[in-house]
Amino acid sequence: MAADNSVLLGLVEEFVSGQVDSKAAETSTGVKNGQFTILQLVEALGVSLSSSQPQTRGRGVQLLSQVLQECYSSLSEREVEVLLAFYENRLKDHYVIIPHVLQGLKALTKCSVLPPGSAVSVLKSIFQDIHVQSLMLAERSCVYNILISLMESKEEELKGLGADFIFGFVQSVDGERDPRNLLLAFQVARNIIQRGYDLGKFVEELFEVMSCYFPIDFSPPPSDPRGITQEELVLSLRAVLTGTSQFAEFLLPLIIEKLDSDIQSAKVDSLQTLAACGLTYSHKELAEFLPGLWSSIRREVSQTASERVESAGLSALSALVSCLSRSVLNSDSEDVLQVFLSLVLKDCQHHLCEPDLKLVWPSAKLLQAAAGASYRASLIVSAAIIPALLEQYNNRTQCAHRRTLLEVLQGFVQPTALSRPADGEDSVLVAFQQSLCGVVFSALTESSAGLQVTATRVLSALGQQPGLMAQTDVEKAVDHLSRLILEEDDPKLSSAVVECSGSLAHLHPKAFISRLIPRLKEEILSGQSDAAVRQRCVTALASVSSLPSVVQESAPVLLQVLASAHTGSCGFSVEEVAAVCISLQKIAEHARDSEEIGRFFHDIIIPHLLGLCLQAALQTRDAGHSSPLTDKAVLSAVVPVMSTACAALRSESASRMAAQAVSLFLDGDVSFLPENAFPSKIQLLQSQAESGGLSQLVCLLMACVCSLPRSVEIPEIDRLLLQLEDLSCTCTHLFSFTSAAKCFAGLVNKRPAGEALDAVLERVMKRISVELENTSSAQRTQAFTLLLWVSKALLLRYHPLSTALTDQLFALLSDPALGSQAADGFGVLMSDCLDVLNRGCHADVRIMYRQRFFAENSTKLVQGFNSAEQEKKSCYLKALSHIVSNLPRQVQLTELPALLPLLLEALSCADQAVQLSTLSCLQPVLLEPPEALRNQLEALFSRLLALTTSPAMKVRIASLQCVHALSRLPEHTVLPFRARVLKALAVPLDDKKRLVRKEAVAARAEWFLLGSPGGR
Amino acid sequence: MSGGTRLENANPLIFQRSGERLLTATDEDEDVADPIDDREIFDILSKSINDPEHPLSLEELNVVEQMRVNVNDRESMVSVEFTPTIPHCSMATLIGLSIKVKLLRSLPDRFKVSLVSSQTHLINKQLADKERVAAALENSQLLEVVNQCLSTRTM
Repeated sequence: MAADNSVLLGLVEEFVSGQVDSKAAETSTGVKNGQFTILQLVEALGVSLSSSQPQTRGRGVQLLSQVLQECYSSLSEREVEVLLAFYENRLKDHYVIIPHVLQGLKALTKCSVLPPGSAVSVLKSIFQDIHVQSLMLAERSCVYNILISLMESKEEELKGLGADFIFGFVQSVDGERDPRNLLLAFQVARNIIQRGYDLGKFVEELFEVMSCYFPIDFSPPPSDPRGITQEELVLSLRAVLTGTSQFAEFLLPLIIEKLDSDIQSAKVDSLQTLAACGLTYSHKELAEFLPGLWSSIRREVSQTASERVESAGLSALSALVSCLSRSVLNSDSEDVLQVFLSLVLKDCQHHLCEPDLKLVWPSAKLLQAAAGASYRASLIVSAAIIPALLEQYNNRTQCAHRRTLLEVLQGFVQPTALSRPADGEDSVLVAFQQSLCGVVFSALTESSAGLQVTATRVLSALGQQPGLMAQTDVEKAVDHLSRLILEEDDPKLSSAVVECSGSLAHLHPKAFISRLIPRLKEEILSGQSDAAVRQRCVTALASVSSLPSVVQESAPVLLQVLASAHTGSCGFSVEEVAAVCISLQKIAEHARDSEEIGRFFHDIIIPHLLGLCLQAALQTRDAGHSSPLTDKAVLSAVVPVMSTACAALRSESASRMAAQAVSLFLDGDVSFLPENAFPSKIQLLQSQAESGGLSQLVCLLMACVCSLPRSVEIPEIDRLLLQLEDLSCTCTHLFSFTSAAKCFAGLVNKRPAGEALDAVLERVMKRISVELENTSSAQRTQAFTLLLWVSKALLLRYHPLSTALTDQLFALLSDPALGSQAADGFGVLMSDCLDVLNRGCHADVRIMYRQRFFAENSTKLVQGFNSAEQEKKSCYLKALSHIVSNLPRQVQLTELPALLPLLLEALSCADQAVQLSTLSCLQPVLLEPPEALRNQLEALFSRLLALTTSPAMKVRIASLQCVHALSRLPEHTVLPFRARVLKALAVPLDDKKRLVRKEAVAARAEWFLLGSPGGR
Repeated sequence: MSGGTRLENANPLIFQRSGERLLTATDEDEDVADPIDDREIFDILSKSINDPEHPLSLEELNVVEQMRVNVNDRESMVSVEFTPTIPHCSMATLIGLSIKVKLLRSLPDRFKVSLVSSQTHLINKQLADKERVAAALENSQLLEVVNQCLSTRTM
């Protein structure tokens, strides 16, 4: 013990007189592990604490405080009491000691065993003995922290202090300037307000001392280590100011005043604060200020050039109205909501009668914001506005006016979340139902496309709300829509009509089944209409088919179209047939949500499609007649139809699908196909010498079996894989062997790991290597294609063999014949494939496989590039740009420094494809350039500017976009290049292609603004 | 545009915007040369210059119309006639100057630009005078306002 004592004395001595700061840590470790007690420490400190030198006393207190900061949790109540008494007393001491005293107090107030009454006495002494604002930053922060901890633990006691506490806080915070401390002070104030402290007569004082910071204007210093943002300060101050309705009488005039400010952020902040008030205030607080607030909001919304101010203004208005809507009506007082809304209506309504003047839109938006705030408000506003708008509409004859009026009307028709009628309430528009439908129908027959587009939007909005369209109205609407589909060729209008049909068909399927579908069917199959009309009909059929009942009517129509395309009766072109398939695919997407649609596809559509394609292929082989269904483009469009539908199949039908497809392709079992008129022994997976023919149907096998859920077992998979491997290695038809390779890859990707898989892989790798090594072999391309797809299949699932395969691909980059294909192969490897090996097909795709691949292989690529001969380098660059452009942006940014020299090299590579893909991967990076780029600007500019006169138009456009992006870099970094860029960009201003000139004009305009007054 | 200041014309007439220029197949064709035409210059002027008083484009305010933009690529001539929003608008000179500057920055230098206001003769004289335009742009305050008109809208 004595030894310990002397150790302690030694530590104290060294700290106090020796000024060795590290001894404090040693002392606190000693206290923490029980070597000495606090009491012993105080005894040891005795001499220094009672020294007549303030510096020595300060050192003593500092040691004690630092130890307490570490060990406050282990103190007993009695110890705390004594220490508190000591510290409170020290507050009166010399100023050099105060910082340490406050540190000690801060530690002590965090104790869980504060004796009763101590909180009050600590606060009283602090408020009495200390002038907080003359302390330094850290000490002021101590005071706020003491307040915060005491508020957490001793709420009752502090409330007992009553208004004295508020007064003390107001005094200590008055004049605070540091943002860090302000955040703490705002927190104390928020606690005071939210936890129900009695503000007594200090409401105004507290408000004054807080509101002097409003609106916050704070820009953090560059490289700010504390990371305090303006946003944080704004939000915490707003919570204080809007926290209690007692502040209303002071805050609302302040907001009105600040709305006059010239600074945009002040306006936005004021409006947002006002919106926040709407949540806590009631109409009593607001009543007096409503006219003033309204005129400010109106002025801001109608005059502003900024969308932020506008939307803040509209939400503030909406918050005010919904606050007023909540108020309870008294029998003797007038309805405040009614009064306020009539003010709004009076100021805004007349502007709606001038549809070609500017103020029509701000006024409409204000009214819509007010109406959208509550059901009651929307009743009042609609009752006044809708009849007026309808009347205006009928009185005006110009299409532009009518369109504006209808667009305004549209805003009132769509209810917001707040104004939606509750159960049992009618839509506010019920009274105008007839006249609204009348106006919409008349607009649909107008000659202006813009007006018609707006009418379709209003129609969808009406159709979404129950009770606004009677059965006859729906039928009329469907007739109008069918007419528009058949007659109108404006692209914007037809897409609006299609969209509207889609949304109405979801709610009123019967009318569409009985009226629209038969009419479109007749038109498509009549053979008389032109391709554009048929295309619109097909698109419309797809968009209305979201419910099973509609799909059962519409999908067979599309099948019929394919059938007649096959027989050649209506003269459908290949593009049209492909478009029909795209529409079928859109319908198939709904199978995900509805099992019934999935079953329909499984039972009817897929067998019919397979049958049609098979018939077409057989006919071509036998009769030489070429059906569009044998075209590669059409088959590629059929694939997504089947794979989308198959991906959505549930377990049982999925297994049946697999069995049927496999037996068809392996054994020529055609029994499940409709119109069974096929020869019995057809062999689909044999590579015929003739040009593709049957073998290209392997893409349909891929569509069926590669998109099924992973749990589905594929029958006879080993035989199937073997056949596919043969086909992909020996077939000479590009589409066939590629599809076979993809199908093989799709199956391998899903096959569970194990011996069976390893055997398959070993066999195929061997075969690929043999083919590739034989440089005279005719089948090297086939082997390469298979290698590429198998690598992708394995890479996606992180299979250990994938590295060996991708290494082979890297090696092929220097191959004289396959180098360029191999480089493009990396694009396939890294990008999402649309028809197989994607997540939609339930493929095994690990997250971030691209990053992983990049991380493992980027050095190989760079090394390969450096050691390659000059003429082979471009392959490496192409591969690199494929890989980098597919990486997520965040990874690009971090990897760029290492790759920049290579990418710059790629820009000066002669291959235009390389230039283009490098530019497209540079451009997004340039928007937020990493530090490394700053040192390379010279090289970058000279290469980019040289490319603006490239012979390829796309390269010129892309390089101009990059130059444009560079203008947003920090001014001091790019200003030196301004003159050079402006001069260089004068050349493409006279480019022969308009698209290039457009980019040049945009880029040059930005560069002119750079560093120029009023610019940026 | 603060609450205190009054706008000269708070509620102007708004004209409909023409849509985006449709892309044609020849636009994408490398071998076809597209001459600079009326619509192209009109698009440059209407979409990227803002009225200093309103967040509206010159097209919406009908200050420039496609009809009154004439371009002859072969003879390198551009003539633009513009109408300030209200007669004798004090902003007319500024709008004219902005159009002039925009054209200077966007056209190849072989072009000769003639800019005419349909309202006042005085402005026409000022804008036709090369040295006056150059002198005006030496004035950094004036250049600042012009640049603000030419800044792409940030909203």
